[in-house]
Amino acid sequence: MTLEESRPAGLRGRWAAARHSPVFWPLLALVILLLYNIIFTPNFARLEIREGRAFGSLVDILQNGAPVMLLATGMTLVIAVAGIDLSVGSVMALAGAVAALLMTEHNQSVPAAVIAALAVALLVGAWNGVLVTYVGLQPIVATLVMLVMGRGIALALTQDQKVRFEVPAFEFIGTGAVLGLPVPIFIVVGVALLVLLVLRKTALGLYIEAVGSNARAARLCGLRVHAIRLLAYSFAGLCAGVAGLIATADIKEADVANCGLYLELDAILAVVIGGTALTGGRPYLLGSLVGAVIMQTLTVMLQMRGVITEHTLIIKAGMAIVVCLLQTRALETVVNRLRQRTGRKPVPQARST
Amino acid sequence: MRIPRRHRPLLASVAALVALYGVAALRYGDEGFFTLQVFINLLRNNSVLGIVAVGMTFVILSGGIDLSVGALMSLSSVVIGVLIMEYHWPPVLAIPAALALGTAVGLGMGCIIRFTGIKPFIVTLAGMFFARGLGFLIHLESVAIYHPQHEWLAMLAIPLGAPELPETVFLPITAILFLAVVLIGAYVSLFMRFGRNVYALGGNEEAALLMGLPVGRTKAWIYGLSGFCSALAGVVLTLELSSGSHIEGIALELDAIAAVVVGGTLLTGGVGSVFGTLVGVLIIGIILNVMTYEDFSAGLTKVAIGLLLLVFVVLQRLLTRGAARPA
Repeated sequence: MTLEESRPAGLRGRWAAARHSPVFWPLLALVILLLYNIIFTPNFARLEIREGRAFGSLVDILQNGAPVMLLATGMTLVIAVAGIDLSVGSVMALAGAVAALLMTEHNQSVPAAVIAALAVALLVGAWNGVLVTYVGLQPIVATLVMLVMGRGIALALTQDQKVRFEVPAFEFIGTGAVLGLPVPIFIVVGVALLVLLVLRKTALGLYIEAVGSNARAARLCGLRVHAIRLLAYSFAGLCAGVAGLIATADIKEADVANCGLYLELDAILAVVIGGTALTGGRPYLLGSLVGAVIMQTLTVMLQMRGVITEHTLIIKAGMAIVVCLLQTRALETVVNRLRQRTGRKPVPQARST
Repeated sequence: MRIPRRHRPLLASVAALVALYGVAALRYGDEGFFTLQVFINLLRNNSVLGIVAVGMTFVILSGGIDLSVGALMSLSSVVIGVLIMEYHWPPVLAIPAALALGTAVGLGMGCIIRFTGIKPFIVTLAGMFFARGLGFLIHLESVAIYHPQHEWLAMLAIPLGAPELPETVFLPITAILFLAVVLIGAYVSLFMRFGRNVYALGGNEEAALLMGLPVGRTKAWIYGLSGFCSALAGVVLTLELSSGSHIEGIALELDAIAAVVVGGTLLTGGVGSVFGTLVGVLIIGIILNVMTYEDFSAGLTKVAIGLLLLVFVVLQRLLTRGAARPA
């Protein structure tokens, strides 16, 4: 933040400050993507109010993008503490299955089912966290195990069947509307505000950044590195649980085989687009959320143009590489080499790895 | 006799395999667990996993990870199916084409890892999505393969003993390919310069670089090799199923990593062996076999493999904690 504060005031200074803000580039990308779609994709910008509720692609992006935004929120914290969580998609499926089974086969009330599902998700996240911190496994391996086991447990619980339910109070989480806007949007905003508040107004935000930047130094400063990491993983599990409930409520069934499938890449990509370094360090939550909206806009855009979901995987894979490329020093080095050859001043190296 | 420290994990795995085989044989004795036929079936049923796991062994030995193997395997099987059934290529051409594609995708990922320094897991995760998407782009559904040459290849088997005797068992082509890949992999890892470089890279990358080893080139080719193995596994899959399939190979990467780790290769790189992976594949194969006998669901089987991997990784952690290895 000191970088921005030290800039001179005035329009030019403000512009320079905005350009250096971490959210600037992802936001610019989103604006370009949206403008492109508004101009070139038919019916994209249409927004109508029916029965006191907004409909249209833009609302769809926010509503269907809610799970990815929630996953990205949790993933931001995990990546900020130099970890990774590949299990979020499976945790979504597991949470959805637990809630659906409790409501149908065990006749539990909606609050009980929701709390139980979230507790399971939190527990899975904590399990990941314990394996990474106190046991000392690599994050990829620990969460890869959970990626497979989580869906396995969900499949075993539901006996490979989809669980259909008719519970209006629960469906409200996914399909309901308040003030004309879908409920999932409010959930995302609520969770994001809470996390932002914690990151900005409490010391925890600083601790997380410290752990991600240099775990050894953080430990020597007296921070409880393991506890902070454990907290990040647990929270990521909880976020995945909420996302799973939304996704399940949205389609009125727990579809264990497909719920949250392939979403871990979307979430990781959203975080990387948002500017949080994969090597850990400062979390950029707003950037991650913008990244998640970009991912969802891309998905909706491709769907509206008749591209099948499976094919969008190729584009996302390409994006993952390009975005990572932009984040690492490799591109800077190449650009600088070219600039030196043409006799221009090299770009100052802004980010330290 | 003093056992060298580096062979201990392998011996532990062999002991686990023998114990597991013994227990399974006692429990299912009447179904002939001790016959050669059962052992050959074990090789055959796990040939896809085994071939992928050999490629994965090199990746893990080098300190990396490859999450794209399952997707590449299924992509290669779909490519073979489409080339044979829709473009009427003979299998003699279709199979090398699929192998080349797999190697190229793997090598491409390796080059990205080498030249940009992006972490292997994110590159191969992207590679996994790329391969899955490409498979669906080529053909939306799985393809059944009918071709006389392909059928002939699938039926190929070596008789162990005189072929006319009724008790002679046949070694099918898939098992032969699996064993061949293990032998070649072991040879490459132990006696060829590439293999030594892989161990050096996994042991300490900086030291390998300072020793003047071609770290970058080796790194890129490790993933090329893993891609080739995945594509070969796809070939084996088409021989087994007579179809190119999208649904096979989901979560294969976990099984492969599990096989490698259970076989005594350290996830941190530098320590392990291809023969260990053979043992690991057999252990996982027996567990899968037992779970089918006991009528476990697919979900529980996944949970079991995950737990097995977890137990072995935690054991590795505990065993190597004493050795000075920074976390």
